Amino acid sequence: MALIDLSRREIHCKIVYYGPGRCGKTTNLIYIYNAMGDKTRGKMLTIETKGDRTLFFDLLPLNLGKVKGFDIRIQLYTVPGQTIYEATRKLVLKGVDGIVFVADSLKVRQTKNKESLEDLKKNLQAYALDIMEIPVILQYNKRDLVNSPIPTLTIDELQQDLNQELQTTYFEAAAVKGIGVFETLKEISKRTVRYVAQKHLLGK
Amino acid sequence: MSDLVLTAPILEETRQHIEKQLVEAGVHTVLLIDEAGNVIASSGRDLDKLDTTALAALAAANFGATAQIAKLIGEDDFSLLFHKGKRDSIHFSKVGDKFILVTVFGDDVSLGLVRLRVAEVAKTIEKVFGIEKV
Ligand SMILES: Nc1nc2c(ncn2[C@@H]2O[C@H](COP(=O)(O)OP(=O)(O)OP(=O)(O)O)[C@@H](O)[C@H]2O)c(=O)[nH]1
Ligand SMILES: [Mg+2]
Repeated sequence: MALIDLSRREIHCKIVYYGPGRCGKTTNLIYIYNAMGDKTRGKMLTIETKGDRTLFFDLLPLNLGKVKGFDIRIQLYTVPGQTIYEATRKLVLKGVDGIVFVADSLKVRQTKNKESLEDLKKNLQAYALDIMEIPVILQYNKRDLVNSPIPTLTIDELQQDLNQELQTTYFEAAAVKGIGVFETLKEISKRTVRYVAQKHLLGK
Repeated sequence: MSDLVLTAPILEETRQHIEKQLVEAGVHTVLLIDEAGNVIASSGRDLDKLDTTALAALAAANFGATAQIAKLIGEDDFSLLFHKGKRDSIHFSKVGDKFILVTVFGDDVSLGLVRLRVAEVAKTIEKVFGIEKV
């Protein structure tokens, strides 16, 4: 649920990083936070359990400059990926305008990736949102492990599992090293702002 | 959930009601937020010292979580929440079914007064936004 403030000429959008536990959602936000200057980023808020797992959400507010005379304010959220936090994930999705689905390239997470995408679809439906309509892109994370001895999924396998129906843009990433993080952010921001603006500002 | 488009007259009227009913009664800070955690309007004296973005996000999440807890025990909803601190307290109240009014106040203001005024402001805001209950 975007907020369009005509008096201050601001557009506020909510982008949620979704995906299974430990896939690297929080890592994306931390990298963005550290790489951005004080002017463009707000304070980062995290609610985590002991040992880095997200308990409720992370929030990073960003100021992305002007588009057609409107200040673009983006709030990046992550959900808690662990299966047991289903209710909280649903709460964080409330009012979402755009989604990055972060998938884990580790072979052992193949089922978790698929389950999480199904969970996302179900939760969106509960808010009467259609995954085929709202801006969604994929990030295949932990690509740095492809050349390690740990078994990983190929891009073909990930595409087969997650992008058959969606047919959306995907980015390969290694969030710990910052690879692909800004490419992902840029693309989802662009799509989300366009989606919100088209609904309200253009054509008027 | 539909997007929210705010215009200057709506915001101005909302702010005036909040100022007159709550800020003048002595509360520190008032935020009107939506369920997604956006700040719609803010008033009060400590705004520059306060991370309103974080407060709004947490308040919305807190309210959402409590609503789920209510369902688990067979309540429809808790329409208001109150947390008391040593010095300051915070009061959350639903406005219509989309907004939450967050009020921060010190021990010099009574909870009774805050409740009363919040209820009145909630009603006027519902009117301003055209979300009056029938
Ligand atoms: N090798 C490698 N490790 C990564 C990468 N991205 C994240 N990690 C590691 O994976 C672990 C989990 O990362 P988080 O960002 O906390 O995962 P999350 O998705 O927020 O997990 P939840 O909060 O439980 O949902 C951490 O130890 C990260 O350092 C990556 O690109 N490559
Ligand atoms: Mg996390």
